[in-house]
Amino acid sequence: MTNTLHRYGDAASFYDDYVVFAIPSRGKNDKGSVPKLKKFLEMAVPFKPVNLGDAIHGGALRPSRHMNPTAHWKRDMTPDFRAVIDGVDTPTTVAAVFDDRVAAEDFLKTVKQADLGLCINVSTSIDGAEQCCHAAGIPRHSVGYSLGFEGKTEKLPNSQVLMLTTMCGHGMISTSLAKKMIDWVKEGRRTPDQAVTYMARFCSCGVYNPSRAKRILEDARTKIK
Amino acid sequence: MKIDPDKCVACGNCTYVCPMGAIYIDPAIKRATVDRNECVECYACFNGLSQEHLNPTLVRTLRTVFQFFRLRFDPEPDVCPTAAFAPEELAWPRIVRRAFSDPRVPHESTGVQGRGTEEVKTNDVTGRVQRGEAGFTIEFGRPGVGVWFHEIQKMTSALAKAGVAFEKKNPITSLMTDVATGTLREDILGEKILSAIVEIKVPVARTEEMIRLVREVEQQVDTVIALGVGARCDESGEENVVAPILERLGYRLERAKTNAGLGRITNPVEEKREEPAGVTR
Repeated sequence: MTNTLHRYGDAASFYDDYVVFAIPSRGKNDKGSVPKLKKFLEMAVPFKPVNLGDAIHGGALRPSRHMNPTAHWKRDMTPDFRAVIDGVDTPTTVAAVFDDRVAAEDFLKTVKQADLGLCINVSTSIDGAEQCCHAAGIPRHSVGYSLGFEGKTEKLPNSQVLMLTTMCGHGMISTSLAKKMIDWVKEGRRTPDQAVTYMARFCSCGVYNPSRAKRILEDARTKIK
Repeated sequence: MKIDPDKCVACGNCTYVCPMGAIYIDPAIKRATVDRNECVECYACFNGLSQEHLNPTLVRTLRTVFQFFRLRFDPEPDVCPTAAFAPEELAWPRIVRRAFSDPRVPHESTGVQGRGTEEVKTNDVTGRVQRGEAGFTIEFGRPGVGVWFHEIQKMTSALAKAGVAFEKKNPITSLMTDVATGTLREDILGEKILSAIVEIKVPVARTEEMIRLVREVEQQVDTVIALGVGARCDESGEENVVAPILERLGYRLERAKTNAGLGRITNPVEEKREEPAGVTR
């Protein structure tokens, strides 16, 4: 699962994108990991994440199985962090997404002090992750580099659509939906905030960064790249 | 995945949310329809769309009236107004589509949700990639293109011919009938999935050779490939072995996943896991 590795963009474009995630390894540190995973998420909340998620139940913005028709006029767009934390019931990957480097650094320091024993990873630009680890006094253990997309790249959409869709590394946010949301924002049919929540609900593990997505949509409103 | 034609009101919302573009409004029946050949059973439609439970006849009538007066029907774009999606019981080999496409379904071979494995994310407790080694993740089909297993086999065959070791705890490896030749099960070759990751590990000295090989084979593979390379840092947290090779080959290293090394083995007794037998359902 390389669900946060291949986000499209250059290093500078990740200045507001820091994914810190905890993963228990099967047979190594997964026994009794559920309370630790919950604690990891609990510890993230004071640092004002823009999303929390677990790989089984999803993120802080979720679709509804029984939506009331009146919701069309008063749709709740508030991320529900409590639902994510309470929903963790089995060993899985949990993630906290930040749009601020200092917050990610401070959170990493807190995680280090908590000594949960879980495997902790930071996914962002190479320099950004290095700074986070340095600030927390942690020498990096391993690095997984993204070399980007190759092969039949002519099948890929434009860069703004790619930036929006690849923030769900599992590929659950379709190219067509991202294009549609850019168009709707351009037409003024929806605000960037609304468009972002539509897309975020499709991300099945909660690593989608609504803050970065909003910035991309604002940018796309005036210029297509 | 199927769409119940008695419930569907052809609002078209689902046609946009399918990552494979496999849903369309069939003009003959005026209902949303799933192209079964292109559908990878990712369940993005069923899991991602919010569901209302409106009366289909009422909604169709309203839509017809609006259409007559050329009024734009402007519903929320992430809603199926009549909860028309009907997941079907999947049999082998089609079920493999879901295993590699719906991230909430764990692979039986690895127990990991998603379509890969733990790779360097848990390297601090597994030691999967050691110093002097480079771990490759070769991901096919993402984003939004998809891949057929017979295309993946072109790469696994070439890698096997080059004498590389496939990661044992990887779903693709578990579907090989012959790891020595990189041959996948014949009955899955005609199945399309959203994405899959082939994992290999080589000595650092073979990094350039592997990248050149992947570049050569990817020209014959009808999809996109996302390449990742994992490496172990030194004692001070620096990684100055693999990165220079990648940069020399022309890659601009922008993003990475960094294992902070805070993990430790906490299970009372390490569980012994069975090695994949080459064929796993």
